[in-house]
Amino acid sequence: MKLKLLGSWEIKKTNSSSALKKFGISVTSIVLGLLFAGLFVLITGKDPLELYSEILHASFGSIYGLSETLVEMIPLAICSLGVSLAFRMQLWNIGAEGQFYMGAFGAAYFALFFSDLPTLIMLPLMLLAGFICGGLWALIPAIPKAFWNVNETISSLLLNYVAYFWMAYLVYGPWKDPNGNNFPLTKQFPESATIPVFGNTRISYAIFLVVIIAVVMFFLIKYSKWGYEISVSGSSRKAADYAGMSYVKNVLKVMFLSGAIAGIAGMAEVSGVLHRLQQTISPGYGYTAILIALLARLNPLSIVLVSFMMGALLVGGFSLRTSGFPSSMVSMFQGSILFFVLAGEVFNNYHLVRKKV
Amino acid sequence: MGNTPMVEMRNISKEFPGILANDQVSFDVKSGEIHALLGENGAGKSTLMSVLTGLYHPDGGQIYIEGKKTEFSSPKDAVNCGIGMVHQHFKLVQPFTVAENIMLSIKGLKQIYNLKEIEQQIIKQSEAFGLSIDPKAKIWQLSVGEQQRVEIIKLLLLGAQVLILDEPTAVLTPQEANALFKTLLKMIESGKSVILISHKMNEVLENTDRITVLRDGKSIGTVDTKNTNEKELAKMMVGRNIADQLIKKSSRKQDKIFSLDNVSALGNNGLLKLKSISLDIYSGEILGIAGVDGNGQKELAEVVAGMRSVKMGSLAFCGKDYTKSGRKKRMNLGISYVPEDRMTTGLAPDLNAYENMALNSYCSYRGAFIRWDKVKKDTDRLIQAFDVRLASKANPVKMMSGGNIQKLLLAREIDSAPLLIVAVYPMRGLDIGATDYVKRLLIEQSEKGKAVLLISEDLEDLLSMTDRIIVMHGGEIMGVVNPSETTREEIGLMMAGKRKVDLHEA
Repeated sequence: MKLKLLGSWEIKKTNSSSALKKFGISVTSIVLGLLFAGLFVLITGKDPLELYSEILHASFGSIYGLSETLVEMIPLAICSLGVSLAFRMQLWNIGAEGQFYMGAFGAAYFALFFSDLPTLIMLPLMLLAGFICGGLWALIPAIPKAFWNVNETISSLLLNYVAYFWMAYLVYGPWKDPNGNNFPLTKQFPESATIPVFGNTRISYAIFLVVIIAVVMFFLIKYSKWGYEISVSGSSRKAADYAGMSYVKNVLKVMFLSGAIAGIAGMAEVSGVLHRLQQTISPGYGYTAILIALLARLNPLSIVLVSFMMGALLVGGFSLRTSGFPSSMVSMFQGSILFFVLAGEVFNNYHLVRKKV
Repeated sequence: MGNTPMVEMRNISKEFPGILANDQVSFDVKSGEIHALLGENGAGKSTLMSVLTGLYHPDGGQIYIEGKKTEFSSPKDAVNCGIGMVHQHFKLVQPFTVAENIMLSIKGLKQIYNLKEIEQQIIKQSEAFGLSIDPKAKIWQLSVGEQQRVEIIKLLLLGAQVLILDEPTAVLTPQEANALFKTLLKMIESGKSVILISHKMNEVLENTDRITVLRDGKSIGTVDTKNTNEKELAKMMVGRNIADQLIKKSSRKQDKIFSLDNVSALGNNGLLKLKSISLDIYSGEILGIAGVDGNGQKELAEVVAGMRSVKMGSLAFCGKDYTKSGRKKRMNLGISYVPEDRMTTGLAPDLNAYENMALNSYCSYRGAFIRWDKVKKDTDRLIQAFDVRLASKANPVKMMSGGNIQKLLLAREIDSAPLLIVAVYPMRGLDIGATDYVKRLLIEQSEKGKAVLLISEDLEDLLSMTDRIIVMHGGEIMGVVNPSETTREEIGLMMAGKRKVDLHEA
């Protein structure tokens, strides 16, 4: 019983895959993903080419567009770096969104209630608060995972909703700005609690955080003992036990750091861009971050690149609203690209050959 | 009529990506014979039998059943032609009874079935062939040998004329193996045929009528058992003369390296798996542990290596108590461990050879970073010294072959300069060449004054390599024997649960 479908071709397994081939496969997958999504645009009677150019134009076509793309890249890249750390140990932390919200919450606490502190104390304090709150939020699913092997995928995902509604409670209730015409917003952060921006763009200095975290993580994973323990534990828990590594401790540490990094992203967003809390502070950065981490194969430097591309897609999506396309088109694009990239993985390990007759 | 073979396979070929598993193999079985299929791991025995049982469709060649050309499109067709197979891993539902399990495999069962009738048939078959079994017993209550009987009865009730047994004695004590061969004799007397897949030359020579040897997917030849000998078979299997028997001189010294005192430990399922084990290991000796798989040997190794905690009792290394110490501490003491599960315990499958070589030394670097340049240099040296063949050192180790994986693992463990090497089934799954290499390596280490705890299922290996053999059954030590004074039968009885003291009183 053979696959007649392939005619005189057949799929063979290979054991090697060059970097060039991997790159080629990734690019091809993304292009196919875009074309596939374009098909649906075509069905609705609109011109996909117009859509592509609209997105390109909005995100790369002007200095403003480019700067907005960078603004979106910052939270995406930081969240994704956090998520990728957990993924490396095969811990499926789907909770970056919630950890982002809790990080923003922690940072906002100091901005709102200790508003007299000078910048040099305020910003590090907010960063630390974001780091700790995000980390603690990720520890909640990590503890049952570490000690009783409770599935972290579901528990970390569900905690996103808890974080989201905690934020809603704050901005509708105790933290609502009394002079805000009853809008669900906190009052604006003091000047000392905002991260400075470049010139008259909205790009904050938080972009340096992206670079620092990415570089540190690169060296952590590649050269450090702890990074090595994470890779071994991710490949086989039994091998980790065999080498005397503490799996339980590493689950807790990795999940904490993963959440803490997403928490930093939350801090950077409220302190660098929004300057206040509101009900929705993220258009799903924490979820897109998962996609980015997978597309970048968990490589910290690729994550920054892919985040830039996804940022562009997001900016393009915002601009679509003004030209008659629903902005959710962009979600469809993302989904379509991920689908093709994951399917393309197969070709890294297999190749198509002509049958010898 | 009598000359028409029961089953004839002509020029069977089967290709898998990258390898030709069967290359024009011809093979036949007459009725009333036991025909052995002998070959090393990966020689193509299992593939050939999977073709015969309809699991694989051959790329070329024909199958004739009683002279009639037949084509199987599914395992069902093979069953209908009277071909049945007992796999190495039994396909039984543990909480069900014997009768219920057998019922499951009977095709065309009515909605309302008669369990009593099935039970009676089971009893009838089991009496006819000397396969005593209680049809009402639950599978989990049965020993491995009894479970194997259930599989055989299942095939008989399905009307099998040709029974294929895949390495049937791997899980049996010598006595159980003898009983199995008696049963097989009864079967061929009644006109059935038996195909025995094996890589053990002794049992094949003692119990079969003809032997077909496979090597690298090709049939090397079929010989009459009475006209051949071990040497000829080995040469056919390996393709060259194998080196002379190992000679092991005892190099046991007086210093006690490691001792267990009344140690009990739990198994993975939370039940007591080791019961009051006391033993000493001396430097320079190879201490063998014999037993049927699953009688606590693996847990014993894990306790010694520090991967399983001790429930009661104490253990000492060089005279000092280390009962509470974990794996990392034991590693630093100089206890290296070659686990049964090499691919996912001894190695991290997704990491490459370099990264895996750092598994027991990565902590020795000062500071937070690993000196990969040093790891690479060490790895290159070991790969050379231990003759590990790699396509690329940057590939994940899961792509390596079994023999090379074991060499890589042993290289790392021996290079860590241990005082005690715990090796669990270190030769399992290796071909003759690699097996020979591993054996020599372990003996060499003991001659250098290291202590070796060797857990093996192969009595020949234990008898030829060790200084002392401890026999385990049900998590307890049945006795200690001296390999030069004991017999296979004595060890076999102890493996089945008889204590050494009882044996000698009787």
